[in-house]
Amino acid sequence: MNNLLSITDLSTQEIDSLIEKAQDIIANPDAYHEKCKYKKLATLFFEPSTRTRLSFEAAMIDLGGRVMGFSEAQASSAAKGESVADTVRTVGCYVDIIAMRHPKEGAPLVASMHAGVPVINAGDGGHNHPTQTLTDLLTIKTEKGRLNNMTIGLCGDLKFGRTVHSLIEAMSRYDGIKFVLISPDELKLPNYVKQETLDKKGIEYEETTNLVEAMPKLDILYMTRVQRERFFNEEDYIRLKDSYILTPEKLVTAKPDMTIMHPLPRVNEISVAVDDDPRAAYFRQVKNGKFIRMALIMKLLGIS
Amino acid sequence: MNIDGITNGLVIDHIEAGKGMDLYNVLHLGELESTVALIKNVTSHKMGKKDIIKVDEVLDVDLDILGFIDPNITVNIIKDNVRVAKKHIELPKMVKNIIKCKNPRCITSTEQELPHIFKLTDPEKRTYRCIYCETEAEKK
Repeated sequence: MNNLLSITDLSTQEIDSLIEKAQDIIANPDAYHEKCKYKKLATLFFEPSTRTRLSFEAAMIDLGGRVMGFSEAQASSAAKGESVADTVRTVGCYVDIIAMRHPKEGAPLVASMHAGVPVINAGDGGHNHPTQTLTDLLTIKTEKGRLNNMTIGLCGDLKFGRTVHSLIEAMSRYDGIKFVLISPDELKLPNYVKQETLDKKGIEYEETTNLVEAMPKLDILYMTRVQRERFFNEEDYIRLKDSYILTPEKLVTAKPDMTIMHPLPRVNEISVAVDDDPRAAYFRQVKNGKFIRMALIMKLLGIS
Repeated sequence: MNIDGITNGLVIDHIEAGKGMDLYNVLHLGELESTVALIKNVTSHKMGKKDIIKVDEVLDVDLDILGFIDPNITVNIIKDNVRVAKKHIELPKMVKNIIKCKNPRCITSTEQELPHIFKLTDPEKRTYRCIYCETEAEKK
């Protein structure tokens, strides 16, 4: 069964071919309008999401398919205590492919063992969110024209930020990548990511607490939100949430062609005043999310 | 101290001193009707001290469990008072329901019927990770 549970499920060649397909969809959208005619996607969202659920649904609709599902656990039999396995066994009888978000880590893996149709992990707690990573890669490729030879600054919550860990894993596959890890000491990148990805692959990186000092070196600045739901302690959240706020003043020393990315939603870590800067790519990133999901749905359904 | 030899059964040898009781429990040897000896702190040339378990019954022992706890353990099979096989244990690639995932965010924390499965991700460091949430297992 074809599933996408983690970005590590995909070879570099598969990632490159998904990006290529997404770029073709962007260039020739009409050619894809009936690719998934009569196919159905279920979006099983056990926790709320705006972008991810709607982009999956928009992707399937733009491929000529149909969508069904639920957008919170309370709207499903999970509220009655039904297991993930039983839920997807049922849903798998109705649809051709499932996109699932669940607050518990590993729930999509359980789903993939029982669904009988392809399962896409649309985010499982702080664990994996592979379609966000694919979206990020398509954005980098589209904005820069390449995926190699660049310095990427990752800023904010590098400890709990799943998108950051997956992006590091994915970008470490390409040549000439350097990372600048910008975070408060409390939210530094975990050692296991450094050891098992960066050190193992011999990737150059530096750690700093100072965003302004790091700015001139960066080709990409990837901002992240300090997420309330990842903290057990409210006091720690309040103390750290404002640590790194991007403003037009902080961008003065940035390269003229630097790309600013953010997985969204943002709270206040990027000032609204930055939105009009041509380097701000985060809403273009949202748009790319739909196209890469179109390419992914086609791949998992075996449609060329 | 003398412990009788066994006619048909097995001798689990080279157990790291102190871990014999863990093995005894995890293999459910307390439930057997036959004679079982757990010998602790036996003098060993190689190890200084070691534990040994002798079971007077031919058992189909789960070698994966032994390998997970300590891959240096050896298992001797005894038939008619003669050792007929000496098995060296390897680190199992996967272990099921031997340990539990302690991550409160893991799906196994809410879905009680799921098997707790860990896979070997780094043989050198003997690192096992939960297949669901990839949290590292605590070392035994």
